[in-house]
Amino acid sequence: MLYREAGDFKTSYKDDSQTFPIRIDRWGYYAILAIAFIAVPLVINDYWASAVLLPFLIYAIAALGLNILTGFCGQVSLGTGGFMAVGAYACYKLMTAFPEVNIVIHVILAGGVTACVGVLFGLPSLRIKGFYLAVATLAAQFFLVWLFNKVGWFYNYSASGQISAPTRTVLSIEVTGPTASPWAKYLICLTFVTVMAWLARNLTRGSVGRKWMAIRDMDIAAEIIGVNPLAAKLSAFAVSSFFVGISGALFFSVYLGAVEVGEVFGIQKSFLVLFMIIIGGLGSIFGSFAGAAFIVLLPVFLKNVLVGGMGWATDLAAHLELLILGGLIMMFLILEPHGLTAYWRTLKEKMRLWPFPH
Amino acid sequence: MMDAQPAEGFVTADGRKIGGVVMEMKNITLRFGGVVAIKDISFDIREGEIRAIIGPNGAGKSSMLNVISGFYVPQEGEVIYKGQKRPPMKPYEVARQGIARTFQNIALFEGMTVLDNVMTGRLNYMNTGLLSQAMWWGKSQREEIENREVAEKIIDFLEIQNIRKTPVARLPYGLKKRVELARALAAQPSILLLDEPMAGMNVEEKEDMSRFILDVNDEFGTTIALIEHDMGVVMDLSDRVVVMDYGRKIGDGTPDEVRNNQEVIDAYLGVAHD
Repeated sequence: MLYREAGDFKTSYKDDSQTFPIRIDRWGYYAILAIAFIAVPLVINDYWASAVLLPFLIYAIAALGLNILTGFCGQVSLGTGGFMAVGAYACYKLMTAFPEVNIVIHVILAGGVTACVGVLFGLPSLRIKGFYLAVATLAAQFFLVWLFNKVGWFYNYSASGQISAPTRTVLSIEVTGPTASPWAKYLICLTFVTVMAWLARNLTRGSVGRKWMAIRDMDIAAEIIGVNPLAAKLSAFAVSSFFVGISGALFFSVYLGAVEVGEVFGIQKSFLVLFMIIIGGLGSIFGSFAGAAFIVLLPVFLKNVLVGGMGWATDLAAHLELLILGGLIMMFLILEPHGLTAYWRTLKEKMRLWPFPH
Repeated sequence: MMDAQPAEGFVTADGRKIGGVVMEMKNITLRFGGVVAIKDISFDIREGEIRAIIGPNGAGKSSMLNVISGFYVPQEGEVIYKGQKRPPMKPYEVARQGIARTFQNIALFEGMTVLDNVMTGRLNYMNTGLLSQAMWWGKSQREEIENREVAEKIIDFLEIQNIRKTPVARLPYGLKKRVELARALAAQPSILLLDEPMAGMNVEEKEDMSRFILDVNDEFGTTIALIEHDMGVVMDLSDRVVVMDYGRKIGDGTPDEVRNNQEVIDAYLGVAHD
């Protein structure tokens, strides 16, 4: 009764193929957008921005990107961290080389650079599949991190080997640098997330998305109905890397401000984003968000409960956190291989019937 | 060969007009290492006809279909399609020339809905760019809706409207076969290849499927080449039959001619060796 799809008739194919065909979903979506864009910036503080909201939003973009490649096109990648690093360093080089250009353009261009690199490392996917491809993308991960450490040009020969984001403004409001206010950082990330999610949804509901999913589900049959596997896989690598590159650029410029590549964009990052899409749900836009929220929020939540609530020592809590997170991931994989998306679907199903059992 | 039937086509007993030759297989030989799967086979497929390829297990029927759809490139012989010799090409290029097929073991996209599966059949008609689709503006949206209309007509025709939003993985076998046919039809192919469309079906499902095949041929004028084991079905449906055994062609002609061919009878019933 709470969630109804009855009586919501469609009279055109255009209506039928919209993102939220059910009225109540549409309202929920607008409500969340309104809260996120209007209410949250008014109450946001530094802690919420840096501990919860910024990482969630930025990881959501990365998860969307990896989900396009792995969830929709079926190509496993362990190079996410490396591609985020490409985005970050491309953004850094652009920011320092063209200080007068708007940061938004830099971030988008950084995504474009990452897309090109992604296509390059996606070439092996034409020959190898599954675990073997994952290992090939692992090579991208290690090579890219090594490259950014080794070649001074990428970090402008700074003494520390770090890159740090200079102050940049959007509409004369500071969004990067040490003095940028949390709400401005939050809003720029939120805007990117909203646009990227919209793009991802459009791509996955059209013919490009069908080509990807056809390759994922059965590549031989995809070829027999006229999908060029080369073009489909490489376009998935390009789009995915574009997303991941943008998330890397934002991670560096807006969120962290200063980055040491091996520490921030190491192999752990690749696994983290992979966990997000597995826990959230492969092949689902909602799942990318749910997975990012889960992975970002759970440690914060556990820390608050263990240290704040139960008064345990910080180091003990930090170790327990890892144990609990690992245990939960395993539990998820066993109990619900389709991730949080499947729970969400079940919940909607339940709400549809509530309060009647059938 | 050519003088047996006139080049410009003929009219069948039930009054359907069969056109000229669409595809001609000329002296096809296909080897896998030392195994000869197809040995020097020639036959043609005419526009608008239902052409059956039959034979005992291992006769090379599926290999023949795979040659037509571009999975295998024969070592010898040539495929002449619409009057032109076809160079060796990838399966997706063959598909773009208007040849669609179904598989013996269903090859649907299990993770997608029925509608999305049928829409994949329209992919060759959809060519807006990535950027345009990402924006979901004007051209790409129009294209989506135009092709959706075609797909919906096929869905309607094959009577699968009620399951259009169901993920294919949840469907029973018989329906999956029908969805696969819908996907192939959505491509509006010049030649439709069906690899054992009735395999594993009960009598009722077979009747349904036979009716759909006849309707497709009748309504859209689609040329159909099919492999089938059920002799009753083959004899009823097809206009002309090719019979294969051990990679060789042992018969070719109308169902009646083939039925009375001594070599065919021997291949199917066995010959006493004494």
